[in-house]
Amino acid sequence: MKAVGFLMLLAGWFLVLAAIVLFPSPLMRGAFVAVGIAVEGLGMYLVFRSHLIPREDKE
Amino acid sequence: MPAPRLTELATVACVLFMFLVPLAAAGLTIMNVGLGRSRSAGHMMMASLCALAVAGLVYFVCGFAWQGFVGEPSHSLELGGKSWNWAAAEPFFFRKLAFNGSPASLAALFQVFCVGLAALIPLGSGADRWRLRASCLSTGILAALTYPLFAHWVWGGGWLAQLGANYGIGRGFVDVGGASTIQVLGGLTALAVTWILGPRRGKYSADGMAPAIPGHNAVLVMFGCLLALAGWVGLNSAGAILFTGTQPSAVALVGINTMLAAAAAALIAAVITKVRFGKPDASLTANGWVGGLVASSACCAFVIPAEAVVIGFVAGVVVTFSVEWFELRLEVDDPGGAVSVHAVGGIWGILALGLFGSFQGPVPNVGADSLPAAASASASGQWLAQVIGVATLLGFVLPLTYGVNWLLNRLSPFRVSVEGERQGMDLHELGAGAYPEFITHTDEFLPR
Repeated sequence: MKAVGFLMLLAGWFLVLAAIVLFPSPLMRGAFVAVGIAVEGLGMYLVFRSHLIPREDKE
Repeated sequence: MPAPRLTELATVACVLFMFLVPLAAAGLTIMNVGLGRSRSAGHMMMASLCALAVAGLVYFVCGFAWQGFVGEPSHSLELGGKSWNWAAAEPFFFRKLAFNGSPASLAALFQVFCVGLAALIPLGSGADRWRLRASCLSTGILAALTYPLFAHWVWGGGWLAQLGANYGIGRGFVDVGGASTIQVLGGLTALAVTWILGPRRGKYSADGMAPAIPGHNAVLVMFGCLLALAGWVGLNSAGAILFTGTQPSAVALVGINTMLAAAAAALIAAVITKVRFGKPDASLTANGWVGGLVASSACCAFVIPAEAVVIGFVAGVVVTFSVEWFELRLEVDDPGGAVSVHAVGGIWGILALGLFGSFQGPVPNVGADSLPAAASASASGQWLAQVIGVATLLGFVLPLTYGVNWLLNRLSPFRVSVEGERQGMDLHELGAGAYPEFITHTDEFLPR
């Protein structure tokens, strides 16, 4: 889950970069950047979840 | 084409403000000491000194070579018909840097201090359990790789700064005093280090409780806030002159905004903790204060004082709740509050520039050849440029810093042994405590 989360962070960033290059229209560019941010948000969720401490490891 | 020289007055003002920046480092250091345990206080001071030393030396060796300055040689990619400037191409060891008042030499002086400041931030989150050797290695990576790369993109005329000139996105990504390059980068490194280290022993119990482990010296923490204020005024003012072309005569606005943002953030943090817990909490108020300073860094030269108060107010609220959220919900054991204060506060500051910032003219954060295009760009898309900067920090800098620190942890384990943590970092790693007079000598109580 951790690796997938970090990959999603990178994927979201690439979407943002793609939006800059591919869409000259501010509306489309903004929408595509928002999609990239959403993917990054999902990646952050996965990375945080994967770092929660398992119950058996808590003292 | 090299950046135009600053006027003599601007150069003198810039240098004087830069000499205040080490006070920010001193402030952060003693805040980290005060927020940690007494048995690790000496270790924290030692680690901070070593971090500053390692960061400065590594930056001198290769950091500046990859960061460079606006208008200096750089590596670029052609993408979609536009040039994407991604790294500087300066020689190592500051060679070919003319110390004659050139903007590049001023930037080198500024960055030697700033990279140390960024390196101090993760120490707060790794307090009481991060080995000295590992923290030095991690600092070396920060100063050699992550910091120079991202700082080049923002302050060295890199692709983020060129978003305005190349794609008409506002004035490009703008950061006056290092909210992104220093604070968020340091805060995200702190998050990566905290994940790799895991929580302090006894922090999270099986019954779901997370007992507070309070800092050992509130006086140090509060005094650190005062030092940090002086340092931040220098940081923001020097950054404004050097990277955004602010005239020395207009620096009063930068200082006022810095102070107002910190004041609003600290007061709202005190009020929130008073309402919630019955008494104002000193450490959260201190975190709010620094959170306000951090948020002010991005935008202090481009907002009016009333907006700085709003920005500080929001920073105080966000940082206060974020500390609790990270600790209790996300199980991130961050004794210094570095992730909330520097990463979350910094991200808010970056976005606040997009929301509140107003620009009188182009920002000279790109080379002279790109300035005409930057001047014709509209400032209306500034929020998008700032969002792209935040996306880059989360989508590129965080995975990169986590990956390199994860590898370092494999080579040289970050975490001290169980025995070392129980004993305290001072005795275990340094062989002596910071407060030897705290030891109770039983013979003093024997009848004579």
